[in-house]
Amino acid sequence: MTGRFIRLVAAPLLLALGLTACMLALMGVDPLAYFGLVVQRGLLSPSGLQAAITRMAPLLLVAASLILAFRAGIWNLGGDGQYLLGAVIAAAIAPALAGMMPHWLAWLVCFAAAAVTGAVWSLLPAWLRARRGVNEVVSSLMMSFLGLSLANVLIKFVFQDPGTTVPQTVTLPVADRLPRIGDGLLGGAVSSGVLVGLLAVLLVHGVMTRTAFGLRLRIVGANARAAVHAGLDVPRLTMVVFGLSAGLAGLAGAVDVLGIQGNVRAGWNPAYGLMVVPLVFLARFNGFAAIVFVFLFSVLSVGGESAARRLGVPNYVTLVTVAILLIGLAVGEALDRRRRATKAATA
Amino acid sequence: MTHPVYADATPLVSLAGIRKSYGAVRALDDVDVDFRAGEVHVLLGENGAGKSTLAAILAGVQQPDGGRILLDGTERRIASPRDAMDSGIGVVFQHAQLVPSLSLVDNIALGGPWWQTPQRARIAQRMREADARIGGTGRLDPFARAGALSLGERQRAQIVRALMRDSRLLVLDEPTSMLTPEAAADLVRLMRRLADDAARPLGIVFVTHRLDEALDCGDRITVLRGGRKAGELRPGADMTRDTARDTLLGMMFSGGLAQAPTIAASLPAASAAPVLEVQRLSIADADPPLRDVTLTVRAGEIVGIAGIDGNGQRELAEALAGQRPFDAGDILLCGASVRGLGVAARYKRGLRYASDDRHGEGTVSALSIGLNLLIKRIGDAPFWRGGMEKLAAVDAHARQAIEAFDIRAQGPRTLAGHLSGGNLQKVMLARELDGAARAIVFAKPTHGLDVRSAAACHARIRAAAAAGLAVVLISTDLDEIVALSQQIVVMAGGRIVARIPGGEGAHAAVGRAISRSEDLSAGGLQDRSFGEAS
Amino acid sequence: MMELMTTAFATALLAGAVTAGVPLLLAGLGEQMSQKSGVLNIGLEGMMLAGAYAAFVAALGTGDPWWGFAAGMVAGMGIAALMALLAVCLGLNQIVIGIALLLGVEGATAILHHLAFATTYPRLPPAPSWALPGLSHLPVVGPALFDRSPVVYAAVALVAVMVWIDRRTGFGLSLRAAGEHPSALDAAGGSVVRTRVAAVLAAGAGAGLGGAFMVIVGAGIFVPFMTNGAGFIAIVLAMLARGRPLMVLCGALLFGACLSATTALQVAGIDAPTDVVQMLPFAAVLLVLAIFGQGGALPAALGEAWTRGNPLGK
Repeated sequence: MTGRFIRLVAAPLLLALGLTACMLALMGVDPLAYFGLVVQRGLLSPSGLQAAITRMAPLLLVAASLILAFRAGIWNLGGDGQYLLGAVIAAAIAPALAGMMPHWLAWLVCFAAAAVTGAVWSLLPAWLRARRGVNEVVSSLMMSFLGLSLANVLIKFVFQDPGTTVPQTVTLPVADRLPRIGDGLLGGAVSSGVLVGLLAVLLVHGVMTRTAFGLRLRIVGANARAAVHAGLDVPRLTMVVFGLSAGLAGLAGAVDVLGIQGNVRAGWNPAYGLMVVPLVFLARFNGFAAIVFVFLFSVLSVGGESAARRLGVPNYVTLVTVAILLIGLAVGEALDRRRRATKAATA
Repeated sequence: MTHPVYADATPLVSLAGIRKSYGAVRALDDVDVDFRAGEVHVLLGENGAGKSTLAAILAGVQQPDGGRILLDGTERRIASPRDAMDSGIGVVFQHAQLVPSLSLVDNIALGGPWWQTPQRARIAQRMREADARIGGTGRLDPFARAGALSLGERQRAQIVRALMRDSRLLVLDEPTSMLTPEAAADLVRLMRRLADDAARPLGIVFVTHRLDEALDCGDRITVLRGGRKAGELRPGADMTRDTARDTLLGMMFSGGLAQAPTIAASLPAASAAPVLEVQRLSIADADPPLRDVTLTVRAGEIVGIAGIDGNGQRELAEALAGQRPFDAGDILLCGASVRGLGVAARYKRGLRYASDDRHGEGTVSALSIGLNLLIKRIGDAPFWRGGMEKLAAVDAHARQAIEAFDIRAQGPRTLAGHLSGGNLQKVMLARELDGAARAIVFAKPTHGLDVRSAAACHARIRAAAAAGLAVVLISTDLDEIVALSQQIVVMAGGRIVARIPGGEGAHAAVGRAISRSEDLSAGGLQDRSFGEAS
Repeated sequence: MMELMTTAFATALLAGAVTAGVPLLLAGLGEQMSQKSGVLNIGLEGMMLAGAYAAFVAALGTGDPWWGFAAGMVAGMGIAALMALLAVCLGLNQIVIGIALLLGVEGATAILHHLAFATTYPRLPPAPSWALPGLSHLPVVGPALFDRSPVVYAAVALVAVMVWIDRRTGFGLSLRAAGEHPSALDAAGGSVVRTRVAAVLAAGAGAGLGGAFMVIVGAGIFVPFMTNGAGFIAIVLAMLARGRPLMVLCGALLFGACLSATTALQVAGIDAPTDVVQMLPFAAVLLVLAIFGQGGALPAALGEAWTRGNPLGK
């Protein structure tokens, strides 16, 4: 058990930290000071922890989107486009809605609009896959590129804030954004969007593992021929999965805008989709594990940014650490699988 | 039959004390075999006896855990298929190892030096020569895409490839299992000829589970049982065929299970009302298209559907189950049409289908036994309420099935992927026979099962009929069909070409009908290539 | 005047299409080979970026663009070697490893750039070009197509080489087999692992060269994250080309033209929104897919790790 823990978690983590340390040392930075700052600023300091937890909100929703799709065997890699379009729509209508209706209703309308936008953006790849058998990796990636450009067009020509020359949408006043939570422990500075994210991941996890609908999707994902044999309407389920997954990605954009960003600038693309794909893989599409990985990633990136600022190194160090960690975790898992296979053979 | 000249020479390949395990399963345990030039050496055994593993070790696809391999008397390791090839071992795999989109010539050029331009014209020429050597008459088009060929042609291409590479030992893994009786006989003759070739006598390793084939052509027969060598036999003049047969049966089944059923047991005569009626069923969009299939199955009756694989049996079964739409005709269950009903609705009304593809279609390996038992009624009470899974109900249901069908598993939540073929089959039978079953289609129910599981499965089928179900039994195993069915229809090219009552004489009549249909029918037939050897 | 504008526009458009298209072509041809062999090389963008950075450093250090191209190619292959080791030899998930490598390269090149050049922002001198005698004086196409870096000609020639490899070499056969039916290749005495490693390395070389081209011929400067999705476009191109190198060339030029159309339009005095123009190729391809799209064009074993099988022949 401890051996497995070492192989699966401890060794990859140490490897990633060790190599990052070497890199830092080569850059003339004290690795210990750096890591100390990462932990301090990302995890231990209230403001850092708040920032890390706040950052989890969109990541969790993207994770939910990917878990849903991947478990059903659908490679929706168009998350970035769906995310950004959802964000733009939410940013465009939120300031207007905030003046017309109660906040909670405005948020809900924004969420719904963003989710629908994301889902609409997946219609074509979903239809192509369901009815024509066109591989969705290509089509969803293309839709994503198309979406990124469309988002910029929308910002510059349709939703441009008239009050500024910078190409961006009207900024949502802080008072109209998602409420902050965690008064006692976290100083009331955490966006409540994280609750939406947690809820989404847990809901997706629950639906996939404990409901009839989720079972249908799992069968489609695990064995499409068995799905036909069991009488499932695979094309329809494919459309539904794509829609839900893309809807969650769009919702992630809305939560990011309403809770954190306040507006969308042209050219802004956090590319969370790409970051979360490997996290979700390493979590083996398990919702709880995904939450843990997303939390670790948030801590690392928030702490890393802060440490980088303090020590005068570029904050791209985090990228490298995450990359090594991903590879290490994947290697660890492969070694573990191999070891268990040989153990079974010799038993 | 045997060749004294070669019999005592150094064996081409000797296996000594070969051991191989997959996880906890002993596939081979201390097996010694010698393969000699000029000899057809049959590896005989039931499924799971270890024959294919032995072939895989000769092919360099598997590495033994222990034991020695001697090539021409020298110990060697066959580390890869390339090694096997270089050592003069050619293998004809059960699932043809040809790239479907490449031409035969390119498939033969495959594995050559990477920088070289394949000498296509020369290879084609040599291919034709090799084909002629094994009695072909130019049927094998060297520039045909491998994917467009029939199974028999693909097999032939693999033999040709092995010959072109100067193989001295030719290993054929279950080559006859998908051939018509005639084509199989031709292949056996071909093996004989290759072994007898005075100029270049080949050693032939012929893997099969069919006793008669073994007796027909084996100079030497090694019987494997449960991964161990159960014995070796050289059928010769000093032994009658029946004696040899009994000896082999004794080795294969250690006496206990030798009694292979030959004639349909005394099943109740079908006098009841028809339960399942298929009326002039046609499907244009199928290969081969299904045309005018009419069948009536009464309560308590077993109707066997015989024929070579790929002649419309699967399409018929899928149409019955609701997996495949049909263009014309109708399907009635207890007098009511099921046209327009989906799989789940038909399942609910008692029309069931146990697929022949247990891993690929019949079960989902990533799901538990409990859920696999329910995949045709997802969302139904009491297993789901308001869409939420009720684990207790699922588990209880699974425990009953495990008990009733003697499924060997740790519990209801064991993943289907962890079950053996026999137990997987039991899970499927439990699902399809569950509740108010009225008519059931079994597709190749014992394919790939060991002899014990097969016997248990036959008992289940009989019991289902005895309980008043209408049973359709699709099988390519003539013995099985004849042993179980009261009525037998033969399918070829998407049609029913013969109807034969079960019982005495059915075996020969069905065999004749299958062979005849081979000549008559146009599309969809697979194995013509061995049809005119020598 | 109008005449002049049109000529200038056409020249700028064509020249821009080549400048933006050649990296896509180089990376796309490599990726096509990798996909044929069954490896979905998601980290292509990382290989381009590594190539771009290495090329920049080498060209700047030696003052010789050829060393830059060589270094770019080697750097791309270095990242590809990691991909091959992890995803082919060890059989790890190709998507996870590809993305991890991309992130790692993005971070590493950004850090290195920050440390070495963030204050100076040096530029490379314009890359040398070879004017093809006779052709380079033609109007429009002359300067756009026939007075270019030799790498442009080499990239186009590479298309023919790829076709030749596919049709005329044993390696071409092995590639097809490795992607479609790996165990058949194994049974025929070929090596699935070696074939796939070679294909991934080729993809790395192509991507690295493409990245080098971006820096040396295109931008003249290295900027972190400068590939900006070009690697993913190349992946899409390779998938859409369905195994035909010539289609990669057409696709690369089309995408290149759209990527550079804004600049060309500016030359012509039209201020077209970049984003709208950049949507065109994607919209066009999606339209084609929607109208003619059919499935099943990708190699059967794409994305799946291979090990010599358990059941014989499966």
